[in-house]
Amino acid sequence: MNSALLGNIARFILLLFAQVLIFNRIDLFGFINPFPYILFIILFPVNGNKTGLLAASFFLGLLMDMFCNSGGVHAAACITLAYFRPAIFKFSFGLSYEYQTVKLNDVLTPERFSFLLIAVVLHHSIMFLLEVFKLSFLWEILWRTFLSTIFTLITCIIIIYIIKPSKR
Amino acid sequence: MQQIVNFILKNSNRLLFLLLLVISLSLTIQSHSYHKSKVISSANFFTGGIYERVNNINEYFNLKSQNEELAMENARLKSLLFNQKDTTKLPEIDSIKGVKKTDIIVSKVIHNSYSVFENYLTINNGSSSGIKRNMGVINSAGIVGIVDNTSPNYATVISILNVKSQINAKIKKSNHFGSLVWNGKSTGFVQLIDVPRLAGVRKGDTIVTGGQSIIFPENIGIGTIDKVYIEEDTNFYVIQVKLFNDMTNLGHVYILKNKDADEITKLENQNKKNE
Repeated sequence: MNSALLGNIARFILLLFAQVLIFNRIDLFGFINPFPYILFIILFPVNGNKTGLLAASFFLGLLMDMFCNSGGVHAAACITLAYFRPAIFKFSFGLSYEYQTVKLNDVLTPERFSFLLIAVVLHHSIMFLLEVFKLSFLWEILWRTFLSTIFTLITCIIIIYIIKPSKR
Repeated sequence: MQQIVNFILKNSNRLLFLLLLVISLSLTIQSHSYHKSKVISSANFFTGGIYERVNNINEYFNLKSQNEELAMENARLKSLLFNQKDTTKLPEIDSIKGVKKTDIIVSKVIHNSYSVFENYLTINNGSSSGIKRNMGVINSAGIVGIVDNTSPNYATVISILNVKSQINAKIKKSNHFGSLVWNGKSTGFVQLIDVPRLAGVRKGDTIVTGGQSIIFPENIGIGTIDKVYIEEDTNFYVIQVKLFNDMTNLGHVYILKNKDADEITKLENQNKKNE
């Protein structure tokens, strides 16, 4: 129990700093950045405290907003993802996901991939929509969301493979 | 009563979510209106401190280009000094002619964003060095932005590469005014809009600050005309301006402190009160 809590706190800090110091500076083709810090919300224990997750993701988003000078964009996207996470679990792993031992950081199966995909798309579309509230940029926003989603997805999968606890 | 308590207990997560959503949405909306992003910004000791530490390392990679820039500026100022024949005549160069009523504070950019629509810089001087909101920021090549939030040791700057930014500018040759905005597409170009059709514009003409605001003095360089369009609805020119500055690589900047700013704003507020 306590080690799980400590693990979550460590993940929170590590992902936040990795995001700010490394991933925010990539600027592929001038404007595409991945946002793998949402792995904190994705990898949070399935049966963990939901209220705690909501509060933690709010602060994670707020800290990101401070670093990016973006108002409350990241915070809104993060809490939406945290709130709808059980629904995405239900969609990807079937109704009884709470009783199975769903482990996300393991070999990539179609279920795990679909979960990651939906989570990343949800987070990114809310974030980019809020970032510029203007319809004149609609195509630009859709294009950026699309590219950034792909980039984040790839980064997330790579990170999951790297930190995967090696059994056997 | 019992039912209300039960309802709150049963839906505590949903209510918490809605509460947090409302908070973050209000922060978002607040940040979209110009100059209202007071709460969440990187001008605080935590984020500013981290950015400063990272920048200390990053600086070494840019030392060469920064040195070259400073040497170029030195050379330009020297040539100005030597070529000045008449002491009663003011020097011709833009960056000096305008700044007689202004103090200059030197600062350093410690964080620079240019990949989103609303870009901000963070600089490592703040209110304790006399920096206040709405001061102009330039560097040796041209304008950079306007100070937004300040903390004792740091300040954020609304970059000219920000769709919210709107700066008064003019064509140097013909003195026709327009507003400088950014369409969010390329980091090397900004747009000068609302230029009347009477203005004679030619490719390669210089665009400078207009001097109708108290933020920037007149005649600070911005860029050169790259392309000229005519907006069909309004029949005004839209001019694509190629920036002198490379906004993706900024080092030392100068903050312009207009000594008359307080007096002018006071006077203007008085007028508003009388209306």
